[in-house]
Amino acid sequence: MEEIIISTLQRTMVAGTPLLLATTGEIICERSGILNLGVEGVMALGAVTAFIVTMTTGSPWLGVLSALAAGMVISIIHAFTSVTLQANQVVSGLALTMLGLGLAGMVGKPYVGKPLTIKMDDITIPVLSDIPYIGKVLFSQSPFFFMAIGLALVSWFFLQRTRLGIQIRSTGENPKATETQGVNVFLIRYMSVIIGGGFSALAGAHLSISYSKSWIEGMTAGRGWIAIALTIFALWNPGRAIWAAFLFGGIFVAQYLMQPLGISPNFLAMLPYIATLLILVLISLKDPRKLNAPAMLAAPYKRGER
Amino acid sequence: MIRLSFTDRYKITRLRALMTNIFSLAAGLVVISIIFLIAGVNPLFAIAEIFQGSFGSMYGFKETITKAIPLILIGAGLTLAFRAKFWNIGAEGQLLMGAIFSTWTGLAFGNTLPSFVIIPLMFAAGFLGGALWGIIPAILKIRYAINEVISTLMLNYICAHILTMLIVGPWKGASRFGFPGTDNLPEASILSVIPGSRIHYVTLILAIACAAILTLVIYRTRFGYEARVVGENPDAGKYAGINFFKTTLILMAVSGGLAGLAGVGEVAGIHHYLSYPASVSSGYGFTAIIVAWLAKLNPLYTIFSGIFFAGILVGGDAIQISLGLPAATVEIVNGTLLIFLIMGDYFLHNKINVTFSRA
Repeated sequence: MEEIIISTLQRTMVAGTPLLLATTGEIICERSGILNLGVEGVMALGAVTAFIVTMTTGSPWLGVLSALAAGMVISIIHAFTSVTLQANQVVSGLALTMLGLGLAGMVGKPYVGKPLTIKMDDITIPVLSDIPYIGKVLFSQSPFFFMAIGLALVSWFFLQRTRLGIQIRSTGENPKATETQGVNVFLIRYMSVIIGGGFSALAGAHLSISYSKSWIEGMTAGRGWIAIALTIFALWNPGRAIWAAFLFGGIFVAQYLMQPLGISPNFLAMLPYIATLLILVLISLKDPRKLNAPAMLAAPYKRGER
Repeated sequence: MIRLSFTDRYKITRLRALMTNIFSLAAGLVVISIIFLIAGVNPLFAIAEIFQGSFGSMYGFKETITKAIPLILIGAGLTLAFRAKFWNIGAEGQLLMGAIFSTWTGLAFGNTLPSFVIIPLMFAAGFLGGALWGIIPAILKIRYAINEVISTLMLNYICAHILTMLIVGPWKGASRFGFPGTDNLPEASILSVIPGSRIHYVTLILAIACAAILTLVIYRTRFGYEARVVGENPDAGKYAGINFFKTTLILMAVSGGLAGLAGVGEVAGIHHYLSYPASVSSGYGFTAIIVAWLAKLNPLYTIFSGIFFAGILVGGDAIQISLGLPAATVEIVNGTLLIFLIMGDYFLHNKINVTFSRA
């Protein structure tokens, strides 16, 4: 029994890791007032980039870095259309998803189904990992897990306590007033979109080189979209994103736990999507003023307009 | 020194909109060419092959029209939703729900009712299925303020799993020898096609009629006006006493219903039985988003943009075979064209002034 609990919790942490990375990225992006629906596509591109680079160079860390770079570069497209051209952010994000999924499918075609033999060693923190139960769950995990938690905590501190973070938040609340304070709203938004894209790509890298150690089209399986929903669930707060992401990681794992009970696997596969809708319903019962959504989310900002 | 300045363009003529679209698509093709070059494929050859495959031969053209049917139906429905700024990304699921409802109707009554009764009944069932699946996100948005992009997408996944659950479980046909899928629909419930093609003309006529009627609805009726106000100026709409809940429900019932009709066409016209979601629809719900956008959200124009993007789907299949490119190529083409279309919108709405001056 003890082993089952530990392995379930461990898998929950693994399943929640990409969700946390992508959610943190989307939070930074949306805090600056830009809605990026391209997460799913950027995640796929990150997955394929990390996989190919790791396989050809033999270095997972080089894979991670290239995924990060690929995610940041492709996100510039969305930044350009939504910030510079003030285009419709919903459509631009969808286009980015199509492009990302398409590029990933094209580039990754020769690699479909090939197993990755290079292993990324788990990080085990001495002493702490000896704590019964939680030691193995929280302190002996893949580097991505620590990266996800670390980035979420750093992002929380960054958004709440640093000058630049506050500038990002005020850009999302009131770009005009922010601009009059001498802040370059365009630059802030570009930066936030690009950072967010990089985080989404890291989530993809986790899927391909750590979680499943292979690449196949459609492996992101809607995780990018779930991350966008988790952004709302986390009330645009990276600290809350941590437990939101692992709660959903648990739902992903619950599918496999419940399979022996004779429930249709297709029904179980629906769970994360149904849970996403239910959670959004629960959140909506909250007072909208306490939701904390960036006031100018998805509203194009035009310089010099009254 | 060359200085660029941008000013709003207040009057947008139809000609300018058309020219902007053409230039955007051309610019998109240039970028797609570069991607082809990097992939090691001669871009001129690949693009020629796409259009040769879709419009260059009688066979290709018939296939293009066949694939244009769902794109026109869904695209037309999406224009209505998008005008009200209801971002319905769930047409794929609404199509599948239409396919599920109509398959059930066909299997249940196809043996006892004559064609002229069962076929309208199947279309009605398909519309109902799509409409029901479409009003869920409408209710979620108006009552619970849930972002429709997320809810419609989640419902896509949910519907695909429901369909799979049905065809591997209770609806699995005895004639499939254990493979997933329902039995074939009875003869009476199958749509006839133009001989020598797969064009199920009843659905085609329905698609064109829907696009035309919807254009009248949007521009000539009170409901169409209200839908536009909901999107463009919700505050004014509230003062004018527009019932947002009712308007959104109706427009999503129509948008989802039309996607449901497309599902009927795919099942009763093409496949003749219900199989896996990915084979019932080859991403029509997503491609139709670009169809609606290229049509500048005018349902009538989706007839042309639907045929155009159907051509890209058919041509994309052709180059997969002749050039060995992966299926994802079509997605790259679609994504790139959509990005350039929205970039083009900027130049449609803003005038660029170039002034030369000495620095």
